[in-house]
Amino acid sequence: MNVATPAGTGRGSSLGLFVFRIGRLAVTVALTFLGLLFVTFVIGRVIPIDPALAILGDRALPHVYERVRHELGLDLPLYHQFWIYLVKAVRGDLGSSVLTGRPVIDDIRQFFPATVELATFATVLGVALGVPMGVWAAAARGRWLDHLVFWLGLVGLLVFYARLDLVAGPGRLDVAYEYVVEPWSGLVLLDSLLAGELGVFRNALAHVVLPGAILGYLSLAYIARMTRSFMLAELGQEYVVAARVKGLSEARVIWRHALGNVMVPLVTVIALSYAYLLEGAVLTETVFAWPGLGLYITQSLFNADMTAVLGGTLVVGVAFVGLNLLSDVLYTFFDPRAR
Amino acid sequence: MTIARVRAWLLAEAPASRAQARLSRTYLGFAALARNPLTVVGLVIVTALVLVAALAPWLATHSPYDQDLDRRLRPPDDAHRFGTDQLGRDILSRVVYGARVTLAIVVLVAVIVGPIGLAVGTVAGYFGGWVDAVLMRVTDTFMAFPRLILALAFVAVLGPGIVNAILAIAITAWPPYARIARAETLTERGSDFIAAIRLQGASPLRVLCGHIVPLCVSSLIVRITLDMAGVILVAAGLGFLGLGARPPQPEWGAMVSEGRQFLLDQWWIATIPGAAIFLVSLGFNLLGDGLRDVLDPKAR
Repeated sequence: MNVATPAGTGRGSSLGLFVFRIGRLAVTVALTFLGLLFVTFVIGRVIPIDPALAILGDRALPHVYERVRHELGLDLPLYHQFWIYLVKAVRGDLGSSVLTGRPVIDDIRQFFPATVELATFATVLGVALGVPMGVWAAAARGRWLDHLVFWLGLVGLLVFYARLDLVAGPGRLDVAYEYVVEPWSGLVLLDSLLAGELGVFRNALAHVVLPGAILGYLSLAYIARMTRSFMLAELGQEYVVAARVKGLSEARVIWRHALGNVMVPLVTVIALSYAYLLEGAVLTETVFAWPGLGLYITQSLFNADMTAVLGGTLVVGVAFVGLNLLSDVLYTFFDPRAR
Repeated sequence: MTIARVRAWLLAEAPASRAQARLSRTYLGFAALARNPLTVVGLVIVTALVLVAALAPWLATHSPYDQDLDRRLRPPDDAHRFGTDQLGRDILSRVVYGARVTLAIVVLVAVIVGPIGLAVGTVAGYFGGWVDAVLMRVTDTFMAFPRLILALAFVAVLGPGIVNAILAIAITAWPPYARIARAETLTERGSDFIAAIRLQGASPLRVLCGHIVPLCVSSLIVRITLDMAGVILVAAGLGFLGLGARPPQPEWGAMVSEGRQFLLDQWWIATIPGAAIFLVSLGFNLLGDGLRDVLDPKAR
């Protein structure tokens, strides 16, 4: 998604242009969010699972059934239901899980940090290795391995955990380390460091290494390839020739001048690859029993808990749009030409 | 002698007939494709997939469904080249029949997704204005979800199963094609030959179907081939999560998932179907890269 296409170089009032662009961006984003809500609403309404029956079971008395339908607002016209859904979603109310009876948003708040931790770890790996690799043009090919993570994950578990015992097994922590640290951010790595519990930190690290490395490999391939093509474009520019003529060392030309300019589009690439990791995390989390949002969605799916599935889907969609938006904003912010 | 003459005929500077010109173009394209060894590898893998799927009954040594509980979890040996799974089914036969499932998914997704993308994209690009705005906003909305997660939600609605998995993948896969078709349409819309056709009184439908759609097809085919690797992997992912093919259907993703619990001691159950997925998606990807270089010089 390309929310803000740079509309040529503005010569008139740059402030006016800036305000116009922000306004247009806001409208686009609002429309996209509306679309997201509409899609989840439609999916939720055409499902064959009747929410009232899911709560009551199929032997419910007719008047009880009618009352529950009324309480859930299922007897209202569809546009009215959508409006209620919209208002509630904006307030952060995604409904209650049919299975646990807890508000879906609370569940998500509990599961999401694990996904964030995994995706962040993977992105850090991808950037730390991918950018230098791309600069050295040792670019890996393609993003086509994306969804093979479940298989790579299994093989990784087999080799590194079961055979070599180098890393910890599935889950976020060994049982002995669970509940030692009070969750504050929900990111175990961060929380354990803040609490000064080094044992927990080490255990959490041993758990995150393998899933993080497998996800990180995906973003590494993408980041390295993009870095390489950006670098090639940049090294053909005249200022690079000028820098060399000035007698700067090759390292300085490449790492400071060329890479400095590459950083701008690279930041957007990194934001986008982070967004894609949210998706890759679904399969990785299943393989590694990682209690994140992806696992939450798939488990709710098997329990026919559609409120939870759609709530999770919506949150991932919003995060996805948000990251896309962030990459656009960063682009305008870092690149003076795009302002 | 004859081969040399055929070559000369194909490479003629001034083709004498339309057929000759067309064949010559095809030949040149093919030659360009064959020049890249990786593309040839991709082509071989994809051809092999088609052949294996077509010849499955002859290649399989056992029935993919027959259980033999006396011979469960056997490592690869002469009777079972790839071993047997937890129900004593022959893994080689299941992988071979699984090629049919994979091919069916690929073909059906392509058949559904191509026309939808073409229709939405060309209409949006040709008519412009509010039609364009509405259609592209819808497209953006679908692109705003990660594909696997949206497919998950759709499968949840439709119920698990291979047909529903294909539908879910198609529903989530069309937006990029609409984008491409729209971009192509925009570049062609203002050209003189379109204006000439319209002056002759051609209806918008005729302009679109007869003149704009054929121009969009080549870049669309390239993109579809490139995406097939992704489609296979999403389908396998759905199968792995238990939302694709229903057991006992031999679907590769589901087979990996079934082999998971035996991974530590019977590695072959999960690894061999996984390798098949890996190989086929690699093949489509290499072929797509090569096709792009030949058919779409802009993307180079």
